[in-house]
Amino acid sequence: MKAVWYRIGPILTVVIAIFVLWYAGSVALNAPWAYDKAKRAGVELSTSELIADTMNQKKPKLPPPHQVGAEIWKTTGDMVVRGRAFSKRSLLYHSWITLSSTLLGFVLGTGLGIALAVGIVYNRTMDMSIMPWVIASQTIPILAIAPMIIVVLNAVGISGLLPKAVISMYLSFFPVVVGMVKGLRSPDHMQLDQMKTWNASGNQEFWKLRLPSSMPYLFTSLKIAMAASLVGAIVGELPTGAVAGLGARLLGGSYYGQTIQIWSALLVAAALAAALVGLIGLVQNVVLKRMGMVR
Amino acid sequence: MIWAITGIIAWLAGWRLNVWLANQPKTRATRLAVPIIFGVTLIVLWECVVRGFEISPVLLPAPTMIAARFAVSTGILWEDFVQTVIKGALSGYVMGCGAAFLTAIAVDRFPFLQRGLLPVGNFVAALPIIGMAPILVMWFGFDWQSKAAVVVVMVFFPMLVNTVQGLQATDHMQRDLMRTYAASYAQSLIKLRLPAAMPFIFNGLKIATTLALIGAIVAEFFGSPIKGMGFRISTSVGQLALDLVWAEIVVAAVVGSAFYGGVALLEKAVTFWHPSQRG
Repeated sequence: MKAVWYRIGPILTVVIAIFVLWYAGSVALNAPWAYDKAKRAGVELSTSELIADTMNQKKPKLPPPHQVGAEIWKTTGDMVVRGRAFSKRSLLYHSWITLSSTLLGFVLGTGLGIALAVGIVYNRTMDMSIMPWVIASQTIPILAIAPMIIVVLNAVGISGLLPKAVISMYLSFFPVVVGMVKGLRSPDHMQLDQMKTWNASGNQEFWKLRLPSSMPYLFTSLKIAMAASLVGAIVGELPTGAVAGLGARLLGGSYYGQTIQIWSALLVAAALAAALVGLIGLVQNVVLKRMGMVR
Repeated sequence: MIWAITGIIAWLAGWRLNVWLANQPKTRATRLAVPIIFGVTLIVLWECVVRGFEISPVLLPAPTMIAARFAVSTGILWEDFVQTVIKGALSGYVMGCGAAFLTAIAVDRFPFLQRGLLPVGNFVAALPIIGMAPILVMWFGFDWQSKAAVVVVMVFFPMLVNTVQGLQATDHMQRDLMRTYAASYAQSLIKLRLPAAMPFIFNGLKIATTLALIGAIVAEFFGSPIKGMGFRISTSVGQLALDLVWAEIVVAAVVGSAFYGGVALLEKAVTFWHPSQRG
């Protein structure tokens, strides 16, 4: 019990503190509007009335957690109960759009990343000429170019999922390349010499030594790549003009001042990120345990 | 046709040269020359592909066209640079990293907070924070203040997590030694723990450079005055002035690399004693 509290207690405290701050912030930020309304109605507000008002505004500056929670329930669980889980107003529908391009971009990025890493490890010229550019590529704020990529690919006739996935791919290939190059080079001289004494071919060396020993590195990079891929998908949805997806919900909310909608989209995106990264962590645990790399 | 052949020849020649150079003994010169030759080859190939296949400039402008556009619109580019990089990204970067650094030092005194903040900070660092941009634009208005705010939020958590980890990087022996010297908390912080934390702090600072630029530019998509790199990119795409977009991208790439490179140089000067800098 004490051990559990030692680990969970501090985290719980921080989370509760965040909620307290959130409520305090929404009272403080929403108060001016409440005063304004009261003045026009010609009434004095008591403190309790003021707080009650800041908790229930239509377009608050900072919606309190329970309003956001209610909005999320209204657009997800409630929709499912009423059998309209995939209507255009449902956040599930928008999350699905974002999720699908995130996953496609993630798969493409991981594939590209692993291929590049293998090339870099096995080819000296590639190592010297491409590796610096891979690093430099990340100092270019690709997210800034996202609208252009979307518009140009649309003009060539590629639309829908793929342009968004391309942006996700660009963001997610980098951590995979860096992690896999490190991982594929992680076997030390002793191990490589051992393979040589067994007369292993290059192929065998790759499949039986280098690839297995790169797994811990791979999973760490996959987690970063997944988070980056989601960001890419969300930003990729902005220039398509608020059609569908969590990014479109953010943009639509900011056009019409629907703060509750923005916050609910944001929280759902956060939950999605947490779920995806958590899933990779789970796979990592199982795989590394089967491989005998963790106890 | 002639362009296509030129392109293929240029590519083969460049790659051949690089293979030869890579098989020479590794010196400083070859290590610098190989990536540069690769980059130049790519640009030549790009030019040849655009000319050879007569790709319309609204899809992909040739490098020469981008360079020409860059030369005539330096005024606009400079204005955007000041608005986005200096006012938005840099001020946010300084505020965000500074605040995270101070918070980390405050948190460091309480192990309870440390154990709570590290997992939460790691979690938040993985979230799509960029989604906060529309909210912050709503709160702080369209001008650079809101962009700086987005940058602050984006760089805060990576920086915090790295600094807190760095402050734990000393081992028992070193801290015990400080105690035997009867060093006060402030003394051991300044003379031992901060220097030891520097590699971690610089790691955070480097991650934050790219985040700062991305934050400042993307925040402009949600509303901005009529200048700024993000504004220019999104409006020029609408006008199909892709050469101007690419000119902005060149600026962003150069600024991003310079920013990162500057921090890396500073790191080299500050953490010269660390094994990763000596090799």
